[in-house]
Amino acid sequence: MSGTMNITLKVWRQSGPSAPGAFETYKAPGISPDMSFLEMLDIVNERLIEGGKDPIAFDHDCREGICGMCGLVINGAAHGPSKLTTTCQLHMRSFKDGDSITIEPWRAKAFPVIKDLVVDRAPLDRIIQAGGFISVATGGPQDANALPVGKPEAEQSMDAAACIGCGACVAACPNASVSLFTAAKISHLGLLPQGQPERYRRALKMVAQMDLEGFGGCTLFGECMAACPKGISIDFIKRMNGDYIWGSVTEAPVKVTLGGG
Amino acid sequence: MKLDSKIPSGPLKDKWDKHRFDMKLVNPANKRKYHVIVVGSGLAGASAAASMSELGYNVSCFAYQDSPRRAHSIAAQGGINAAKNYRNDGDSIHRLFYDTVKGGDFRAREANVYRLAQVSNNIIDQCVGQGVPFGREYGGLLANRSFGGAQVSRTFYARGQTGQQLLLGAYQALEKEIAKGGVKMYNRHEMLELVVVNGVARGIITRDMVTGAVEAHVADAVVLGTGGYGNVFYLSTNAKGCNVTATYRAYKKGAAFANPCYTQIHPTCIPVAGEHQSKLTLMSESLRNDGRVWVPKRKEDCGKKPSEIAEADRDYYLERKYPSYGNLSPRDISSRAAKEACDDGRGVGPGGRGVYLDFADAISRLGAPEISDRYGNLFDMYQRITDENPYEVPMRIYPAVHYTMGGLWVDYNLETTIPGLHCIGEANFSDHGANRLGASALMQGLADGYFVLPYTIGHYLASNKFEKVTTDHPEFQAALASVQTRTTRLLGIKGKRTVDSFHRELGKILWEKCGMARNATGLKQALQEIPSLREEFWKDVTVPGSGDSFNQSLEKAGRVADFMEFAELMVTDALHREESCGGHFREEYQEAGEAKRNDEQYAYVAAWEYAGDGQAPVLNKEPLEFESVHLATRSYK
Ligand SMILES: Cc1cc2nc3c(=O)[nH]c(=O)nc-3n(C[C@H](O)[C@H](O)[C@H](O)COP(=O)(O)OP(=O)(O)OC[C@H]3O[C@@H](n4cnc5c(N)ncnc54)[C@H](O)[C@@H]3O)c2cc1C
Ligand code: SF4
Ligand code: FES
Repeated sequence: MSGTMNITLKVWRQSGPSAPGAFETYKAPGISPDMSFLEMLDIVNERLIEGGKDPIAFDHDCREGICGMCGLVINGAAHGPSKLTTTCQLHMRSFKDGDSITIEPWRAKAFPVIKDLVVDRAPLDRIIQAGGFISVATGGPQDANALPVGKPEAEQSMDAAACIGCGACVAACPNASVSLFTAAKISHLGLLPQGQPERYRRALKMVAQMDLEGFGGCTLFGECMAACPKGISIDFIKRMNGDYIWGSVTEAPVKVTLGGG
Repeated sequence: MKLDSKIPSGPLKDKWDKHRFDMKLVNPANKRKYHVIVVGSGLAGASAAASMSELGYNVSCFAYQDSPRRAHSIAAQGGINAAKNYRNDGDSIHRLFYDTVKGGDFRAREANVYRLAQVSNNIIDQCVGQGVPFGREYGGLLANRSFGGAQVSRTFYARGQTGQQLLLGAYQALEKEIAKGGVKMYNRHEMLELVVVNGVARGIITRDMVTGAVEAHVADAVVLGTGGYGNVFYLSTNAKGCNVTATYRAYKKGAAFANPCYTQIHPTCIPVAGEHQSKLTLMSESLRNDGRVWVPKRKEDCGKKPSEIAEADRDYYLERKYPSYGNLSPRDISSRAAKEACDDGRGVGPGGRGVYLDFADAISRLGAPEISDRYGNLFDMYQRITDENPYEVPMRIYPAVHYTMGGLWVDYNLETTIPGLHCIGEANFSDHGANRLGASALMQGLADGYFVLPYTIGHYLASNKFEKVTTDHPEFQAALASVQTRTTRLLGIKGKRTVDSFHRELGKILWEKCGMARNATGLKQALQEIPSLREEFWKDVTVPGSGDSFNQSLEKAGRVADFMEFAELMVTDALHREESCGGHFREEYQEAGEAKRNDEQYAYVAAWEYAGDGQAPVLNKEPLEFESVHLATRSYK
């Protein structure tokens, strides 16, 4: 609430997927520390529009850290400097008057830039399509309490299910691996009794899909976990690897394709 | 316009069963030949699209986000109701039904609400089957909590992320069907027009938000699950992209819009911090289970730190005014009570628009770890936004626009007044009457999508013959042209003001004159102000960029243009309803500070019919008949 700040932004601007991009510098005076990072960008954009210029494109929707739509690399860190915080939940009080802030899109071969800071994350949906579900049809299941689930398993499953699909793990990884995201879904379902029948096949298919989409391999650096706004643990990747290995032994080979749906 | 609610005959509890038997079925071999468009991938849209695809229909699903998983259902925190009675505390289908009708201040349709309560139990079964990690007891069975306005524990939850987990369940079912080829998903596509051919809904016009391409899509039936219009107020707990465009465009094509003035103001949101505010964040009202709401008794104390205000100098006003429900009083009542306290000069925080939600007692009774277990992520979120630690100082909260009970009018089959156009989830005028109870929107969205629409759409398809239509049809061509003209017009104004500045101004008018409390004078003023603001918008807005590329300003401009028209309909409805009911509080109609309903004159659904630009909309009434519940004054004292 105390005073306002003057910030300088270096923002990646790129007019389309095949256009060359470049950084542009913008002054952002009069920024309140109580503003969210995106509200600061709103103000910069309002000023750009009033000046007849093209505003900076960035993805966002819920602005409360849950939809997974937002995501910027801020001063080299996916989702910025605060731990366990999405870009939309980052507040300007994390910065100081006079700071210069560099803003870039997620950078990964599998996430081409659509415009400026907006990227295409469709591969994440395709990884889910490959097997990130339990095959029950509407109306089939039995009474919910007919299947007790131990509280610890349920809690651990929920820890994994908290993934918001933002893709920061990919952006943070030196190999642009999507393992943390994939492992989170494999673990969410694989930890529950309902998820057992398809457990190993699911792991095989989802891993095959992520490889096909052009993400890098995982070497357990742990950068993903540090950037993850939901604190998804890298232990889930170990779990995924275990399921994958067991699946390669016990299951028939799987076939996946690019660009379904 | 004739409103036929198509409520089946027979006793309330047998209606849905009977109807399911009476409805026609589509031959399984023919299902694939039917193409159904679903707009929206929230709980309602995703569950409907997945379920219809499972049945064999050929489905196309549209959403404006980059993935169906990002629909705003994802943000729901608190929980979902069902009449399981797992706690053995006296719950039943009838009680859930009764609570919903009463909570809605007797402005909902009995038969629909009863069906909702009936299928509520199937929803929980379905979600558990999909792997939704609901909270559990140590014995492994599902946990429950009680939630705003209910005296039984019937709310199922997944930490503070219930909406997220339910949506992921529906999303995964949807992705499963996409992989199978039963659903074609169109992400980053915005519906801008409905196409009606010979009086029947036959398709939509969309804009591809990446390439700017405007495209026509033909179908045998269209389903809108496009969510609520709370963003007409600019500041709300909705996501930034939530809009009224799909339903409003349908309204302009002949679908009646019901009860647009019924909006819900949620009592527990983080207060506005300044002019830059772009949206409001909800603090789940499950917090009211353990938090106590208070303001200082004396105005002079408002500037003090809360810890410096003695217990005796605090006014726990909900506990005082509503002793039997206390901090769990329904949303509309709690919100208005907060407003009254602040209007009385006893509000706290910036601008005096806030009240305390205090966990000190709960923390000393249960310990901080237990509180963190229950609400940890909400407390973290609060601290992130306000920079204050709610374990140490009470939260500051204030009401904010949250949910819209109004929406497209639908009959028992969830069909609008345009044959073939169905509407589900928050987008329809739904089962919540004039006020929605906590944890019942998720229930309704999934009830519509999993368990009602997949049946009723089959009946519609089996009962009608469909002439072959292509995008060359003049109606499609006209709709395409009108979308293009509008885009060109918006881009061509090149005025001086940004879209956001107009949206903010519109929001202010509505919040002040058609918000928590309304009166005829204010509403009449709003009816002057809105059209002149709209006129200015069309003269002076500036929308940079072009139509044939990724252009977020253009997207916003289109939505705000629709809000500008819709706002007038909302205010018109609020002005015509000369009573107070649920979320609609008319200051002229109260008794000893409590809302005063007028059942004699207003026990009806107001379904507005578009009559042309510049023409007053036509009011159609669906009388509400209550056979099973006794109309009573809602009392939570
Ligand atoms: C913060 C918050 C917390 C809540 N907590 C609870 C709770 O605890 N319990 C409860 O029961 N309810 C809660 N609610 C209410 C509940 O979440 C919503 O009413 C419900 O999820 C709405 O679901 P829906 O499927 O109807 O719409 P949404 O989930 O909003 O989905 C709308 C869909 O339509 C699409 N769409 C919209 N317009 C267009 C267009 N023009 N073209 C193409 N696509 C379009 C969107 O892309 C999206 O996919 C909460 C609401 C909010 C905002
Ligand atoms: S694992 Fe974390 S960083 Fe990766 S997509 Fe999920 S929430 Fe985002
Ligand atoms: S905008 Fe939804 S998570 Fe950031």
